[in-house]
Amino acid sequence: MLEFQNVTFRYPEDHLLMMENLSFSVEDRAFVSIIGASGCGKSTIFRLINGLEQPDEGEILVDGKPIAELRQYSAFMPQKDLLFPWRSVEKNICLPMELQGVPEKEQDERCVEVLEQVGLLDYRKKYPKELSGGMKQRVAFARTLLSGADMLLLDEPFSALDYLTRVEMQEWLLHQWEHFHKTILFITHDVEEAVFLSQSIYVIKERPFSEMERVEVPLTYPRSRSDLKRPDIADLKERLIGKLRKGVSL
Amino acid sequence: MRKNLPSALLIAFLLLLWQGAAMGINAAYILPSPVQILVRLWELREPLFLVHLPATMGVTAFGLFISIALGLLLAVSMDWNPKLEKALYPVIVASQTIPTTAIAPLFILWFGYGIWSKVLVTILMTFFPIAITVFDGLKGTKREMEELLLTYGASKKDIFIKLKLPTALPHFFSAVKMSVPLSVIGAAIAEWLGAQKGLGYFSKRMMTQLDGAGVFAPVVLLSVVAMAAVGVISMIERKLIKWRKEL
Ligand SMILES: Nc1ncnc2c1ncn2[C@@H]1O[C@H](COP(=O)(O)OP(=O)(O)O)[C@@H](O)[C@H]1O
Ligand SMILES: [Mg+2]
Repeated sequence: MLEFQNVTFRYPEDHLLMMENLSFSVEDRAFVSIIGASGCGKSTIFRLINGLEQPDEGEILVDGKPIAELRQYSAFMPQKDLLFPWRSVEKNICLPMELQGVPEKEQDERCVEVLEQVGLLDYRKKYPKELSGGMKQRVAFARTLLSGADMLLLDEPFSALDYLTRVEMQEWLLHQWEHFHKTILFITHDVEEAVFLSQSIYVIKERPFSEMERVEVPLTYPRSRSDLKRPDIADLKERLIGKLRKGVSL
Repeated sequence: MRKNLPSALLIAFLLLLWQGAAMGINAAYILPSPVQILVRLWELREPLFLVHLPATMGVTAFGLFISIALGLLLAVSMDWNPKLEKALYPVIVASQTIPTTAIAPLFILWFGYGIWSKVLVTILMTFFPIAITVFDGLKGTKREMEELLLTYGASKKDIFIKLKLPTALPHFFSAVKMSVPLSVIGAAIAEWLGAQKGLGYFSKRMMTQLDGAGVFAPVVLLSVVAMAAVGVISMIERKLIKWRKEL
């Protein structure tokens, strides 16, 4: 379980606080999304979780322990695939294991296993430039998985993809989530994406924020896109959009 | 091959023009024709290929080797230590404005007619571009990629080996390709200023004998060797850097 306890944070270069006294939690194996207008601090939450930034006040706990005492509790997947162009697909996804000193034979086995599961085994030896946008994101996801962490932090992973690919990737991601039993914390500014994917949604309404409203999605898995047309779900989408719009000043 | 056709035609045309002009002026001690130069190159093949070319190549290779070693060392240390960068980078950039050819005679004055004065001139001409280009390459890594590695628990050394080196490799090759002609120029100028052998020295000696084609022959030889060297390096580069198209 991930817990933020009264976390206050401000970038040293900024005059405005990013978040103040923020507390929230994410249960194990949950699929939770964070939505908010761009610039409201969604990515900053991830930077705090993966230790790239330190909170000014408050604490971040994973399974009750401060994250400073832990290693490999979370794995981050950024919006851009950030695959290394000089590494083949296989070498790219082995990178986290390489850094952890996993023996090569084991790297190989786990790599094949995951590539098979994400449907890219045939592309093992290819280079990133030979892949489509959707495939690159799948490789990046495989790399994230193989860092061995139980909590995946996905920061707008599909926002650069075209609509049809995005829809396909969303279904694919749910499938992966059910297979791997990981916790997924998913950032998006796309309300429909959040509703389709997650069990719960945290909404950031303004900056600085001291709370995120938590909204539960009344759908079970497996889901289909037609669920989005259900009146209660359509209504939920409208309500979420309404909440976001209040925070945006033009 | 086909895409090189226009430039090949242009070069052929220019050579023809040169041949025509030279034949028109008819004063080989000022403007020898391409054919005369080739003939002279053949006549002088023994001293050129057996004595002077090896001498110049020795200086070039030696100077280039030291330059690459020093340039890499400097680039890597500046990248590793921001204080060194702050101190050295502006000095290096400013020093590039020093006209090396103008201070080359000083080296002859200090280090004599032997190989060291030439090697020093060569180093001076190539060291800075190598250091700066490679350093810029090391600094040019994407911050996001560096941060991604940090989230995987990478150390500073990991980041250097897994991210900075591969990113800087194309820059390294550009630097070397740029430095080959420069080092040849450096060696030839130094030899021209004072030496007992080498293509620069040979060219100058032919000048005193008013042998126009003899002045040109070693220059042509130098150019061809430099182009060949750059060609070989490009081939190695293409073998090593297959991903470049994406950058
Ligand atoms: N690395 C950083 N250094 C300084 N300020 C930053 C940094 N990253 C983000 N910010 C500030 O935070 C704001 C955006 O935060 P971010 O968490 O990236 O928002 P979001 O992901 O919701 O779009 C920016 O407008 C900028 O002012
Ligand atoms: Mg963001």
